[in-house]
Amino acid sequence: MILEAKNISFRYGENGREILKDFSLKADSSERVGLAAPSGFGKTTLCKILSGYEKPDRGQVLLDGKPLEQYGSYCPVQLIWQHPEQAVNPRLRMKSVLEEGDQVDPALVERLGIEKDWLNRFPVEISGGEMQRFCIARAMGKRTRFLLADEISTMLDLITQSQIWHFLIEETRRRQMGMIVVSHSPELLERICTRVIDLQKTQS
Amino acid sequence: MERKKILEIKNMNISFCQYQKGMRQEELPVIRDLSLSVHEGEMVAVVGSSGSGKSLLAHGVMGILPYNASMGGEILYRGEPLTEKRIRKLRGKEIVMVPQSTSYLDPLMKVGTQICKGKKDLVRQKKLDQIFSRYSLAKEVQEQYPFELSGGMTRRVMISTAMIENPRLVIADEPTPGLHQKAAKSAMEHFRELADMGAGVLIITHDLELALETADRVLVFYAGYTLEDAKTEDFCKEETLRHPYTKALWRAIPKNGFQYIDGVQPYVKDMPSGCPFAPRCSRCSEKCHGEIPYREVNGGYVRCVYDS
Ligand code: SF4
Repeated sequence: MILEAKNISFRYGENGREILKDFSLKADSSERVGLAAPSGFGKTTLCKILSGYEKPDRGQVLLDGKPLEQYGSYCPVQLIWQHPEQAVNPRLRMKSVLEEGDQVDPALVERLGIEKDWLNRFPVEISGGEMQRFCIARAMGKRTRFLLADEISTMLDLITQSQIWHFLIEETRRRQMGMIVVSHSPELLERICTRVIDLQKTQS
Repeated sequence: MERKKILEIKNMNISFCQYQKGMRQEELPVIRDLSLSVHEGEMVAVVGSSGSGKSLLAHGVMGILPYNASMGGEILYRGEPLTEKRIRKLRGKEIVMVPQSTSYLDPLMKVGTQICKGKKDLVRQKKLDQIFSRYSLAKEVQEQYPFELSGGMTRRVMISTAMIENPRLVIADEPTPGLHQKAAKSAMEHFRELADMGAGVLIITHDLELALETADRVLVFYAGYTLEDAKTEDFCKEETLRHPYTKALWRAIPKNGFQYIDGVQPYVKDMPSGCPFAPRCSRCSEKCHGEIPYREVNGGYVRCVYDS
């Protein structure tokens, strides 16, 4: 499958700064594309647009040539957020958080290192690293074709970071899932991605 | 000449009292047997994963623990016990805490007045101007209200608030979460400057790579315990590190190999007896399930039955 952003422009509010201008990107399911840029470059906005959370002022996002919004109730492009604690409902037990995903495979949950015992807990009763594992599992439901990872490991300790990325690389490869990775760390992108795009160069 | 010890913490324990359903009470130990010292001009970082409760360390020293927390152990400030009465006198003056959250600023008070705590004499005004120019804050900012500031400016204003008092001890609780990398770096550099000017600085953070760029010493915090206290140079190579967990952390840094070990940090309720790292440690043996002492090794400390 091919995910394509075509001439995307975006600004916040009527007279806000234009954070994205005529941005285009094409990635296929065998790729892990890294996006590198200094802060304030609209990386997070771009992720939201690519996963259908935000509409661009101009331009389109296409998946296999078809506009993303035509894919119906489940968006095949799923975003994993930087702060897991802001992405889960604090009143739900973790097993219900998982059920929000699209028929998440129990084997995947196990491979992610999620322990049975955590399923009955509330978000405040597990650590940030454990919670991010749930958020990743939730995003990797049956119909997911592309994953967007926006600084998903900055809050984790280095070992958890490495664990999670090794898992994601293997799993996306196995399922032929494409991945777009945003990180401030060039060394990390170097380890994870099949190619890296420097946004500063494409946008200036 | 030996630099003077500003802060010394000996065997600090902090636990939370949690009420379960049916009024069952549960003690949750969050910090166990923590010892550290901070000297004049020194920047010490306590590094542990987010949500591990390590910020209670800052609250414990500042005497602002929540009502359901209790603390044991000893805290010495410049050689004398830091009693409740003493911290109340020094708090916000000789000992300052830089909180992470911008909500600590009074939204209804102009920035300048706020930093000077209302006492705006000539000496203070001059000092404020100096601090502002050092942090590249325009003079006009003094007349603005907190909501008019950008995130980066707010942080510099909060550091200015700490600096106006000539603090001897600065404690920064997770100064960088959610900050962009560039902003996080410059926040750390500001704290470095405070140390270079002679203050003792204690930083509590989740970001090991960032701490290694600025701090003199790093304490590795894991599941409530400090496992190692090492000089920053010790992190240059794996061999100079002492604890198996610290070594595993080192190997997980992308530029050092990006390797990982299995398992997770145990949640407080699921703590193993003896060494908290035992379930993930390849060197674990019988003797690791008893009490593990925190020992001095090679100019640092380690909580492991082995030296390295
Ligand atoms: S005490 Fe034993 S289990 Fe713990 S880190 Fe040392 S060798 Fe490993």
